[in-house]
Amino acid sequence: MIAYVIQRALQAVAVMVVVSLVSFMLFNFVGDPVDNMVGQEASYEERVAMRDNLGLNDPFLVQFARFMGNAAQGEFGISYRIQRPVADLIAERMPATLELVIASAILSVFLGIPMGVYTGIKPNSWLSRTFLVGSLVGVTLPTFVIGILLIYIFAVAWGVLPSFGRGEAVMLGWWSTGLLTASGWKAILMPSVTLALFQMTIILRLVRSEMLEVMRTDFIKFARARGLPDRMINFGHAFKNTLVPVITIVGLNLGSLIAFSIITETVFQWPGMGFLFIQAVGFADIPVMAAYLVLVAVIFVSINLFVDILYFVVDPRLRADKTVAAGN
Amino acid sequence: MKIKLLSTFVAAATAVAITASPVFAENVIRWASQGDALTSDPHAANESPTHSASRKIYDVLYYNDKDMKNTPWLATGHKLINATTWELSLRKGVRFHDGSDFTADDVKFSIDRAKSPTSDLKGDISAIEEVKVIGPHTVQIITKEPNPILRNQLTNIFIMSKAWSEKNNVTKPQDRAGKEETYAVRHAMGTGPFKLELREPDVKTILVKNNDWWGLKDNPHEVDKIIYTPIANQATRVAALLSGELDFILDPPLQDLNRIKNTAGLHLVQTAQVRTIFLGMNQGVKELLSSNVKGKNPLADQRVRQAMYQAINIEAIKKKVMRGYSVPAGLITPPAVHGYTEQLNSRRPYDVAGAKKLLADAGYGDGFSIQLDCPNNRYINDEGICQAVVGMLGKIGIKVTLSAIPKTIHFPKIKNRETDFYMLGWGVSTLDSHYVFNYLVKGADKGWNGTGFNDEDINNTILAIEKEVDFPKRDKMIAKVWQKLRDNVNYLPLHHQVIVWAMSDKLDIPIVADDGVRFIYTKFKK
Repeated sequence: MIAYVIQRALQAVAVMVVVSLVSFMLFNFVGDPVDNMVGQEASYEERVAMRDNLGLNDPFLVQFARFMGNAAQGEFGISYRIQRPVADLIAERMPATLELVIASAILSVFLGIPMGVYTGIKPNSWLSRTFLVGSLVGVTLPTFVIGILLIYIFAVAWGVLPSFGRGEAVMLGWWSTGLLTASGWKAILMPSVTLALFQMTIILRLVRSEMLEVMRTDFIKFARARGLPDRMINFGHAFKNTLVPVITIVGLNLGSLIAFSIITETVFQWPGMGFLFIQAVGFADIPVMAAYLVLVAVIFVSINLFVDILYFVVDPRLRADKTVAAGN
Repeated sequence: MKIKLLSTFVAAATAVAITASPVFAENVIRWASQGDALTSDPHAANESPTHSASRKIYDVLYYNDKDMKNTPWLATGHKLINATTWELSLRKGVRFHDGSDFTADDVKFSIDRAKSPTSDLKGDISAIEEVKVIGPHTVQIITKEPNPILRNQLTNIFIMSKAWSEKNNVTKPQDRAGKEETYAVRHAMGTGPFKLELREPDVKTILVKNNDWWGLKDNPHEVDKIIYTPIANQATRVAALLSGELDFILDPPLQDLNRIKNTAGLHLVQTAQVRTIFLGMNQGVKELLSSNVKGKNPLADQRVRQAMYQAINIEAIKKKVMRGYSVPAGLITPPAVHGYTEQLNSRRPYDVAGAKKLLADAGYGDGFSIQLDCPNNRYINDEGICQAVVGMLGKIGIKVTLSAIPKTIHFPKIKNRETDFYMLGWGVSTLDSHYVFNYLVKGADKGWNGTGFNDEDINNTILAIEKEVDFPKRDKMIAKVWQKLRDNVNYLPLHHQVIVWAMSDKLDIPIVADDGVRFIYTKFKK
């Protein structure tokens, strides 16, 4: 088990290096940051001098080596756009994104799983059909359309929720949370619903199809023949077996949500990391983009590692296989 | 019994109403636009939104008021000691927000700081050689050459407190390659009409009224607090205005203007901006990069350029693409700039048949192909304008491929001479034609003049304009350059951009052509 974890950790480092290399190569094509930093009056000599100062005229491998060296020490430089250290910026924005993502993950899990189980057990009831058709909305409408629609209904037409921002945030040490104020709760409602809809649909349909499949297996038939009550069959036996794929999907989704909830954050002006990233792209703010992509690689890799470990815990068959193999 | 109860109730209610009514109600303006100021350090970023934000907290020596007139502000008067020495007398009784006095030392410090290597404003005042402190309220500015428009160049040089900057270690603007942010990035100490209370970049900036501002005598205003929240997504921005969460937005999108106009409680104001949008053509290069014509450059022939000009139906673009919000232009600089005349602004007529004939005369009766490079996120409806132009040029036989890309990739193309035919918009911070000539007309193989136009006589005239202090003589030279541009069709002028501000009916804020909100002119309506 320990050996497994160490092996995965080493793979993770390799993935991060490759991601950094590829993103660095792309930075040549995002445009000229110097243009955004100096006024239109700046002379050619001034621009060249600034490029030199920022190390942008050095050959690619030199720039990359310098970046990796600095990154290993936790030194990510200053944002070209806001002129603040990148590490500070990301640390400030992370709580906002994490709160949003966790809120939407909780929403989608606690709504999607029960709905999925219900539609799996009673596939032909009218409520099941309503859930299934309604959930299509979550998949087909793009996130920004859902976001703007919600803003229109709840902020413009009814005026009950704020159309942008995070509300009042309270600092708990280093973490700024919006969940301790009324305005924070009001503000997180629409963005998390927007973000949750897509995931919820996926979880619903996944759980449903897994349930349908499991219900047809022999051991369920035997349990029923044995006379076990329905509730114990459905939740005690069938449901547990649907969990493995659900964990995989939620894990993967969580990673991509944290990294790329860009559209929802932009629509709601949510001060999170995704929003920071898209602004950096528009400005050719290379330090922020580079640091962010490394961070995203770390997030994906850790979540996948965690998910794989969770398999071990959840699925006894995997544990048994491993010990058998080790025994040989 | 009932009447007694009722009258008691009425008396009590009145008492509550009188005591509960606020003795002092605060006037708060909540507003938004697409992007935030980049920094609170007034010398660190040379771009309009940042200058607009600095202008509320910091003052300048000479100010562009709401009619874009150059007005003495912290400087009360000037006299020329000799052709290159300006002696400015400074306003007395001005205090910084921390109570310390404003003196000539602060002016010298600020100008020196704005000229330092890490400052973004050094290009604006490259004409200044040195600043000397003569007395506590007198400075001398010595220019390298005679400079008739020094006062125009000082309108964005914000005056900082020397003592505060030294105390907080910000005597120089931030070095972008540095490792730390400096104190000035999120803090400010100025003499201006508002004090900075809170700055969270990209989230919220709060300003409060400076009740000791020297300018309240001439510009009394009642704005107590300003809360600025940038909102990047334009639909959300409009929604926030419609829902009443905002009182003012600087940049409502074109397609929502009618809706805002028709909403009760909101209104629009508009004006021609100090920015003209035009197309540049590379007439200097021997062979175009993107054309099917080999061995020669069709754009080098004045008849071809004139044909392209006259093939553009600017009224149709105004009506359909800009929804009526543009002012067709005959020259590449707007009305507010010195040197503009109505006669220069008259366009050559839209004439498809005449254009085709010109092309045929030039030997391109069968047309040719070329690529048009446009930004897609910089000017109002930039991509839409270019798409319209593509169709119009197609009518006279020129097959245009459109490449619409983000501004960070588009502008380097112009400067690296990688484009044959491009869109550009030009704002004029000094409100003087020389600024336009210097960057767009003077022959250069680097910089913004991607037309390849390099006429020695015109180049010399431009250099002479820079130093000429005799205004009538200078104006004649300016007129000569404009006429040459017009005859030669260096550029295809399109229109002067029109800016529109949307606000609640409770506010009356006059719109200013440089798109900078000046809250000191706000009037509140009940």
